[in-house]
Amino acid sequence: MITIKGLSKIFKTNQQEVKAVDDVSINIEKGEIFGVIGYSGAGKSTFIRLINRLEEPSSGDVVINDTNITSLSVGKLRKERQKIGMIFQHFNLLWSRTVFENIAFPLEIAGIPKAERRTKVLELIELVGLKGRENSYPSQLSGGQKQRVGIARSLANDPDVLLCDEATSALDPETTDDILDLLVSINKKLNLTIIMITHEMHVIQKICHRVAVMDQGRVVEQGDVLSVFVKPQSKTAKRFVQQLSPLEHQQDELKRFITNDPNREVVKLHFIGNDAKRALISDVLRKFDIEINILQGSISPTQEGAYGTLYVELSGNKALITETIDYIQSSGVEVEVIENVN
Amino acid sequence: MLTNWFENVNMEEMWIATYETLYMTVISVIGTLVLGIILGLLLFLTERGNLWQNHFLNMVTASAVNVFRAIPFIILILLLFPFTDFLMGTIRGPKAALPALIIGAAPFYARLVEIAFKEVDKGVIEAAKSMGAKTHTIIFKVLLPESMPALISGITVTAIALISYTAMAGVIGAGGLGDLAYMKGFQRRDFDVVFACTIFIVIIVFIFQFIGDTLSRKLDKR
Repeated sequence: MITIKGLSKIFKTNQQEVKAVDDVSINIEKGEIFGVIGYSGAGKSTFIRLINRLEEPSSGDVVINDTNITSLSVGKLRKERQKIGMIFQHFNLLWSRTVFENIAFPLEIAGIPKAERRTKVLELIELVGLKGRENSYPSQLSGGQKQRVGIARSLANDPDVLLCDEATSALDPETTDDILDLLVSINKKLNLTIIMITHEMHVIQKICHRVAVMDQGRVVEQGDVLSVFVKPQSKTAKRFVQQLSPLEHQQDELKRFITNDPNREVVKLHFIGNDAKRALISDVLRKFDIEINILQGSISPTQEGAYGTLYVELSGNKALITETIDYIQSSGVEVEVIENVN
Repeated sequence: MLTNWFENVNMEEMWIATYETLYMTVISVIGTLVLGIILGLLLFLTERGNLWQNHFLNMVTASAVNVFRAIPFIILILLLFPFTDFLMGTIRGPKAALPALIIGAAPFYARLVEIAFKEVDKGVIEAAKSMGAKTHTIIFKVLLPESMPALISGITVTAIALISYTAMAGVIGAGGLGDLAYMKGFQRRDFDVVFACTIFIVIIVFIFQFIGDTLSRKLDKR
């Protein structure tokens, strides 16, 4: 539905050229929530602005529903922008307008008659859960409520795609989750394609179907969220994944359980997708005469299924331990035996 | 007792002069508002990175604004005599003061307008662009309403400067309280007239300040 091909943006200063976005190619399907993650300065904000040409691309194409955005005249681009919603990190609401008037603004731009505007705005206020706040000014709202107004405003002209530029980065964790839930429900209800720029892996994990990892203007990795999570390839992706599994930082704590005793073994289990829901441990205990000591565990739900890690200590006969590990592996759960590094 | 203190003050003359001062102030404030906002918009929009980015136009506007701001008002009136004569058909009376008042105050207000526009959140302008807004929509529905409190307090400051300009214009025969204070007060050594004119002018200034402050506060929903 959205095809981005060889998109680049070069900023020229007197001394040097900076490639903010460097030859980015991405395909996004209709109804998909596509995440773009990167550290600040990775070029992700510039990238999302190239899609609706708030920044003019230096080269490359952006095609949305067979319309090549990059070759549109200024007048046609304005018309097309009405079909591309956008929300911002700092909400960018007009303080001089009430909630109602802010949401009506894009409809005024599109030249919708007043009566029709009213119906549409009230519908949107209902959708984002702001009923009763129609006549409040942005200054009277909390951050989360402001972003709800931003979302309602971006949906006013029934867009084909919603661009989210760090839409949750100015919000506290709880409000972030509320806004993400709202975006997912809108995505499902309206089958709306969403492109999400963020530096928080948590956001990608919670709502995105696919993700592209950006570093220094380039896409260094892209794919399904789950596979990027479980097997990150690039260094940048690995660092982002680590953000989410605090266990990676706590391996030291495990050290005292790791011994040279052949009858004890510490293993790390990777549960992916539906495996995470199985009662593997009780299954193993029923089958094998072995003791299992659970050390640490975590589970992270993603849009494509859950993904979990569990550290356990197996104790029993050495042969039995090997057999158990084989059994676990054959059931589709990945096993990693942790050796003492020293 | 008051009549003793102000024995030379003729109330009828005072009211006529007050009317003339108010006439000059109100008309020139309206003229300054219009011309100042146009100039301020031109300064803002032609600036680097803005909607009508145009270095040449920006430079021309900025130079004109700076030159007219640099000319002392009393000299500006004299300089504009031929222009005033052509435009108004007279160089005497309150009407004749208007061109000089507006041309003297508009460049000053234009700078205040430019500053007010610069204070408008760039993100909000970007949001309007992302919705497909045309330039005139951005001007009338974003820039002007979002900077309204600053535009109002700016015109209040300018209006008060204009009141003092009208008094100066009085010296060259424009009428109003300044004229009265100078001709009937100072020239005849009737200082009670000067004093009465001062009180009237101060009251007018206070009224303008009060209206400006109230309006600006009412409009500010931040």
